[in-house]
Amino acid sequence: HDGHSQRYQVAKVDFPHVSTPFIISLWIFIAGLAKIGFHVTPKIHLICPESCLLIVVGVLIGLLLFYTGFHSVEHLTPDVFFLYMLPPIILDAGYFMPNRLFFDNMISILIYAVVGTVWNALTIGLSLWAIGLTGLYGVELPLLDTLLFSSIVSAVDPVAVLAVFEEIQVNEVLNILVFGESLLNDAVTVVLYHMFEGYTEMGQENLITIDYIAGVASFFVAALGGALIGIIWGVLAAFISRFSHHVRIIEPLFVFVLAYLAYLNAELFHLSGIVALAFCGITMKNYVEENISYKSHVTVKYTMKMLASSSETIIFLFLGVSTVNDDHEWNTWFVVMTILFCTLYRAIGVIIQTWFLNRFRLHKINKVEQFIMAYGGLRGAVAFALVLVISENVIPTKAMMVTTVIAEVYFTVFIQGMTIGPLVRILNVSTSQKTKLSMNERLHTRLMDYLMAGIEDISGHPMGNYHLRDKFKYYNNKYIRPFLT
Amino acid sequence: MGNKSSLMLQEEEIAEIQDETGFSPSQIERLYSRFTSLDKGDNGTLSREDFLRIPELAINPLGDRIVHAFFTDAHDDRINFRQFMHVLSRFRPLKKNRENKFNSREEKLRFAFRMYDLDDDNKISRDELLAVLHMMVGANISEEQLASIADRTIMEADTDGDQMISFEEFCATLERTDVEEKMSIRFLH
Repeated sequence: HDGHSQRYQVAKVDFPHVSTPFIISLWIFIAGLAKIGFHVTPKIHLICPESCLLIVVGVLIGLLLFYTGFHSVEHLTPDVFFLYMLPPIILDAGYFMPNRLFFDNMISILIYAVVGTVWNALTIGLSLWAIGLTGLYGVELPLLDTLLFSSIVSAVDPVAVLAVFEEIQVNEVLNILVFGESLLNDAVTVVLYHMFEGYTEMGQENLITIDYIAGVASFFVAALGGALIGIIWGVLAAFISRFSHHVRIIEPLFVFVLAYLAYLNAELFHLSGIVALAFCGITMKNYVEENISYKSHVTVKYTMKMLASSSETIIFLFLGVSTVNDDHEWNTWFVVMTILFCTLYRAIGVIIQTWFLNRFRLHKINKVEQFIMAYGGLRGAVAFALVLVISENVIPTKAMMVTTVIAEVYFTVFIQGMTIGPLVRILNVSTSQKTKLSMNERLHTRLMDYLMAGIEDISGHPMGNYHLRDKFKYYNNKYIRPFLT
Repeated sequence: MGNKSSLMLQEEEIAEIQDETGFSPSQIERLYSRFTSLDKGDNGTLSREDFLRIPELAINPLGDRIVHAFFTDAHDDRINFRQFMHVLSRFRPLKKNRENKFNSREEKLRFAFRMYDLDDDNKISRDELLAVLHMMVGANISEEQLASIADRTIMEADTDGDQMISFEEFCATLERTDVEEKMSIRFLH
């Protein structure tokens, strides 16, 4: 011991030892501060939504890091985003989903999510490609590359939509339509993304008919498989919570762990993790709530809300930080055309689909609501994370695409997100009424439900909404509930 | 069977029913084939038993009441196709520009009101309310709870202090509810 020059130190600095958890905690801390800052600043929520402000704070931090030389640190990596930050938000959305509203509007939501997203992806992709043929962009852009890109920007983002629509409080049907679409279209995005990625790797000239058929088939696998996995884990969570009343303290744990497993399980097979998680939440909620204690319920609720809200905050913050780097490749015409086509085709798509759906819907979607639907089609971090995953070896124009996606995200979140609140007020969109139902209303609407189910049965409606719900309720009460609660 | 039923329904009868109820000819024909498939006696009318044979209706807690409501305008215990259609037309979706005497908001509400008001005195009494509550909620709610729900419901709605709910009071409590939508179904073509 004597030979050592260094003596025993009372204290020393060992940053590498704690760097990762330290930086993560620091980020959460900053995000929390930013959120508090937003809410204590009077009237700022009238000017811009929280998400915009968080991005601005993120950009400022990014600039600070960039000029102080810390820019080598990667912030929003796809893995971090998809494995840690996205699941809490989706679980929260699925678990607190107004089930009845969701299933009543299921057909419309599915049409918007599936047909709408495919329509957007194809029209945006083909238009961008056609414009590219004129040589306007100055770079060569093969058709499949463009379609891969358009499949990323075409989907409405659940995180951005949730953040903005939570604040503007439109009526519940409009809300569930946009929000449900943003959740379910993940299945489409996942499939289109993997499909075009696969096609691009194979090369356009090697594609044969069977590949296209496989592409279409994989959509059903991703969507239905995701939903099925979600339901299985949801049922398991409900079943386990039946036996947890001896150890109340771990009740919330099962809710979170099993939901997360559902997500990972879906991702494992390249199915839609978002759909799986949403359905897991929808499935388990009613049964779990009956099984767990009130305190556990409060814990579940608050933990979920806290995780979702902090994760959302961090996403927007990181989105801001990650845009500050020197890999950008700005292509004005490509950016302008992308934004133009995204807006234009979303509007056209919503109008055509709504015209079709309104012929079958009882609650017609009026012109103003259609406008808000088209306008509320925000793009967000999912698109950003997906475009980062593209391999530069396969698609040489990746840098340009990343920049364009960022531009599109900023455009929708800032311009549309900031103006949608005032527009809702100006256009007099009916807003949600959060008053409690009176005893009479509860009783009579319940009676009407049974009555309408009966009328549907008498008139021979094999797939009527009331009829299906009634049937589900009957089997649920008779077989499923006794088993799970 | 589809052929047979369309043969039995006369063109002018379709036109008349269309005029009265607002159903489209294809909806009328579809409902007519439903009607004949329910009509086990093959005599052009339906009895209560014919309705109650529908399996889903048998598990509907309000099944009896709903069937009963079909017979309010019938003179005997059977209803013909026309009466059947009159009742169903109450559940057609409301169209803004086309007025109809059957499917107005008031008619829909009146139909719902009759589900409670069994003795047709235009009032829902406490006992009538309790009877419906009994049917709708499962066995896991106690008698006292049901009674307190009934009392609260009456107290909330009763504005003239007679301890009953009149049709006007009933409508007033549902002012905020979208009855037009809740009590409509899209009939298949």
